[in-house]
Amino acid sequence: MKNPFVTDAMLCTSRRTFLAGAGALTAWAVMPKFAFAGQTRDPRFLTIILRGAMDGLAVVPPIGDPDYPALRRDLAIGTGDFGPTLTLDGFFGLNEAMPGFHALYQKGEALIVHAAATAYRDRSHFDGQDVLESGMTGPKMSENGWMNRLAAVMPKGDGIRPISGLAATPTVPLILRGEAPTLTWTPPDFKPAGSDTISRLVSLYTHQDPTMAKVLSAGVSTDELAGDGMDPMKRQGGLAASFKQVAAGSAKILLQEDGPRIAVLSYDGWDTHTNEGAETGRLSGLLSALDGALTALADGLQPVWKDTAIVVLTEFGRTAATNGNDGTDHGTGTTAFLFGGAIKGGRVIADWPGLKPNQLYQSRDLAPTTDVRAILKGVLRDHLGVGEPMLTAQVFPDSIGVKPIDGLIA
Amino acid sequence: MTTSDAYLVFSRFGLGARPGDLMAISSAPKAALLAEIDDPTSLFLANSDLPSTADAFTQVREFQRARDLQRKQADAAAGLAPTGSDMMAGGAKTTAPVAAVPAAKIAMGADAMGGGMGVMGGMAAPPATSKPIKPGPDAYQTITPNPSTMMDAEIAARIDRALAAPIGFGERLVAFWTNHFAVQTAADEVVRGLAGAFEREAIRPYVLGNFGDMALAATQHPAMLMSLNNATSIGPNSPQGLKSGKGLNENHARELMELHTVGVDAGYTQADVTSFAKVLTGWTFGRGENEPEIYGRFVFRNYAHEPGPQTVMGKVYPQDGVDQGLAVIADLAKSPATAKHVATQLATYFVADNPDPALVKRLADTFHKSGGNLKTVTLALINSPEAWAAPAEKLRTPQEFLWSAVRALKLDIKPGVVNRTLADLGQPLWNPPSPQGFKDDAATWLAPDAMTTRVDVAELLASQDKTLGDPVQLASDVLGDKMSSDTKTAVERAESRGQAVALLLMSPEFQRR
Repeated sequence: MKNPFVTDAMLCTSRRTFLAGAGALTAWAVMPKFAFAGQTRDPRFLTIILRGAMDGLAVVPPIGDPDYPALRRDLAIGTGDFGPTLTLDGFFGLNEAMPGFHALYQKGEALIVHAAATAYRDRSHFDGQDVLESGMTGPKMSENGWMNRLAAVMPKGDGIRPISGLAATPTVPLILRGEAPTLTWTPPDFKPAGSDTISRLVSLYTHQDPTMAKVLSAGVSTDELAGDGMDPMKRQGGLAASFKQVAAGSAKILLQEDGPRIAVLSYDGWDTHTNEGAETGRLSGLLSALDGALTALADGLQPVWKDTAIVVLTEFGRTAATNGNDGTDHGTGTTAFLFGGAIKGGRVIADWPGLKPNQLYQSRDLAPTTDVRAILKGVLRDHLGVGEPMLTAQVFPDSIGVKPIDGLIA
Repeated sequence: MTTSDAYLVFSRFGLGARPGDLMAISSAPKAALLAEIDDPTSLFLANSDLPSTADAFTQVREFQRARDLQRKQADAAAGLAPTGSDMMAGGAKTTAPVAAVPAAKIAMGADAMGGGMGVMGGMAAPPATSKPIKPGPDAYQTITPNPSTMMDAEIAARIDRALAAPIGFGERLVAFWTNHFAVQTAADEVVRGLAGAFEREAIRPYVLGNFGDMALAATQHPAMLMSLNNATSIGPNSPQGLKSGKGLNENHARELMELHTVGVDAGYTQADVTSFAKVLTGWTFGRGENEPEIYGRFVFRNYAHEPGPQTVMGKVYPQDGVDQGLAVIADLAKSPATAKHVATQLATYFVADNPDPALVKRLADTFHKSGGNLKTVTLALINSPEAWAAPAEKLRTPQEFLWSAVRALKLDIKPGVVNRTLADLGQPLWNPPSPQGFKDDAATWLAPDAMTTRVDVAELLASQDKTLGDPVQLASDVLGDKMSSDTKTAVERAESRGQAVALLLMSPEFQRR
C-alpha cells in the first residue's frame, strides 16, 4: 500500500474515544456567589448518570424478601449457591463488586434509596433519559435540563477561569443544556493542534460564526485546565481503569479553587438484556469499574469532601424477573445512590413495595415508591440552599406534590 | 443556479466537493443530483470480494475457533488449566467483562471499543499484525481474517466509493438508513464482523426501493438479530421454552417499534411490545454447522415460537409461524406514524435541525401515499424548495466531515485511520452509542471537546494533503463562491501550507451545511 498514513499522533488518538465511551463529565461555567465571600461552606454537587438502565435489584438486592430468590433465579445474588453480599441493613445487601462504596456507607458517607424512579413510566431508554435529564414530568417537554435551570437560579458569582462548565462527554448532555453556560472536557490524548492554528480559527469564527468561536474557545480552555501531565500509556487498562481515570480527572477539575461547583458525569453500558452477570460477568464488571470511579472521586475530592454531595441516577430499572436470556428487560423502579462528606449516610431509604406479582408495577417491574425528584429536591434544598418554591417553579416544574426528602444532608 | 446551489448539492446532499466538482455541475446542479440517483450502480460498492453475510459469519466463527485453540495451546504451554472461557459456547454469549481481558489487548483494540453503551461486548480482536505467532495470550491477533481485518476491508471499499462517487448523495442516503436501522458492533464481535455485510445486503439494495422491504431485511439480518438480542428470544410456551425454561427478550421488538418504524409517540403500550416480542420469537439465524444451508442466514424456528394469536396496536394477528411477524412488520411499515417518524428524521438529517413542518408533512404524505417508496420520497425531498432554501446551520457530522476532507484533499487514507479517526471524533462506523443511532443535530456535535478534536484531526489530515497546489486555489475549488473574504484572508495569511489547509477544513463554510 502506498503512502502509509499512520503517524504516531494518529495512533494516540484512539484512546480518547475509548475514554469518552467509558465516561463523561459536564459542568456549570459560573461559580455560585456563596462560593466566595469568605463563607465557611463551599458546596459541590455532582450528578452521575448511568445510561442504559441499571438493574437496581442486582446492585442492592433485597435478600430479606422471601420472593426474591425465585423471581431473580440466575441473578439472585446473596442467596442459595451465590456468594454473600456486602452487609447493609440485613434486608438489603450490596453487590460485592462495590467494596469502595460499602466502605463509604460504613463511614456514614453513603446512602441508597431503593425502589426509586423518575416521573417516567414507559420503557424507552431515550425518553427515560430525557425525563431524567430534563426534570420534567414526561419526555420531550423541555429543551433544557434541570441542572442547567438549577445553575440559572443559583446566586451568580464569578465565571470559572479559565473555563465555564464541564462535560467529559464530547457533547453536551440534555441535563446541562440551556441558558447557563457549560463546558466539555475529555482527557487530552491528542498531540494538540498548534495554538496558533486555534487562535486563527477563533479569530475567523468570531467574525463569521460566533457560536463556533465560543465553543472552540471553551474547548481549548478546558484542556488547559485539565492539563495534568498524565502519561497517556497509563490511561489504558480496560473499563475499570478508564472509568476511574475519567473520575480522577474530573475530581481534579472540580477541586480547583476556581473550578466548577456543579457538574454531571455519565457512564454508559448498563443495558443488560443478555447474560447480565450480577455476580461474575458484565454487570459485576461494570459495578466494579463504577466502584473504582466513585472511590477515585472520594479520594480526589478529599480536601472539599465535607461539602460534597454526589448523586448517582439511572433512567429506570429493569424487569423484576429475569428474561429468557439470563438478563433483564426495561423496567421501572431501581436504586439511586448518594454519597459525599455532606451526606448523612449509612442507611438504605426504601418504602419497600414487595416482589409478589400483585406488588410489582404492571406485574413485572419493581414498583416505584420514591420519586427521584424528591431525593434531588432534598439535596438541592439542604445542600445548595435552593428554596422549595424555586425548586418547584423552576428546577422541577409540576412537582408540587413531590415533597423533598428531609435529612439527606448531614 | 449559481455555484452556491452547486455547493449545496455537495454539502447538504453529498459528501463534499472534490477540486473541479463545483465547476463541473455549476450549470445544472440539481440535474447532477438526479443523475446520480438514477444511476443504479450509485448505491453499490465496487469491491466484489467482500463476503456475503453467511460467508462473513463463517469467517468470524473460524477465527473464534482458531483463537480458542491458540489460547488453549498457550495455556497448556504455560502449564495452566484451561480457562473455560469458550466465547463461542451457545453462539450468542456476550463476551466476558472487559476487566478480565489483559490490558495489552485493550491498548490495541481501541478501535474496537468504538465508544458508547455497548462497550462491554466490544472486545473484538485487535488489528492483525505481521508479527510471527508467538506463544501467549495475544497470539490470536495474527489469525486472519478476523473481525478487525474484515472491518478494514469493508472500510477500504467505502473509501474507494467515497472518492469515486460523483456527488455522494447515494452514500449519504446509505448512511442515513444504516443509522436508522442501527446495529452496534460493540454488541458482539459477530456483529463487528457482519456490520459491513449488513449495510451491503440489508440497506443498500433498498435505499431507493421499498421501506417495508428494508425494514424486513434489516430485522431478519443476523447482525440485527444479534445486536438487539432477538436471536435468543424464546416463546415461553413454545416447545423450546417449555423444555428449557427460557423466555422472551423484548429488546428487538421494542426498538423495532420505537426506533425503526412507528416511533415512541405512536401510542403503543407495554402489552403491545410484549405481544410483538412473542410474535418475533423464533426469528433467529443458523449458528450450527450441522445445518449448512442456513448457517449465518435468517431462519424461523417454530419450536421457539410462541404459539397463538397476538394483538399488536389493536389488531389481532392470528397467523401461524413466520407469517405472523411478516404481517406485523408490514403493518408497522405502512403505518402513518412510521411515515411521520421517517419523514421527520429524513428532513432533519438532510435539511435542518428543526425542519419546516411543511417539508416534513409533504415527505410524510409522499411516504404514506407511495406505500413507502423511498425513491419517490427521496425525489420529493430534493424537489422541495425548503431543502434548498434552509440556511446552512447544521454542522457536518464527523463522518461527513471526514469524507468531505478525504474528497477535498484527495487523501490516500488507510481503513484503520478512518476507523480510529471517526472513533476519536465520536462517530465510529457502525457503532453508535445506542440502538438509536448517532444524532445529527448541531447541538450534539458543536461542543467544545468535539471541536478541539476536530481541529486536531484537521491538522493531521491537512498534513497528508495530496492536492499539493496553491491552498487558496484549493479553497476556491472546494468552497466556490461560498468562500467568505475572511476565510480567504485566513487561508492566504496562514504560516504554512499545512495550516492553510487546516484552516480551510475548519472554516465555517466547510463545517456548516
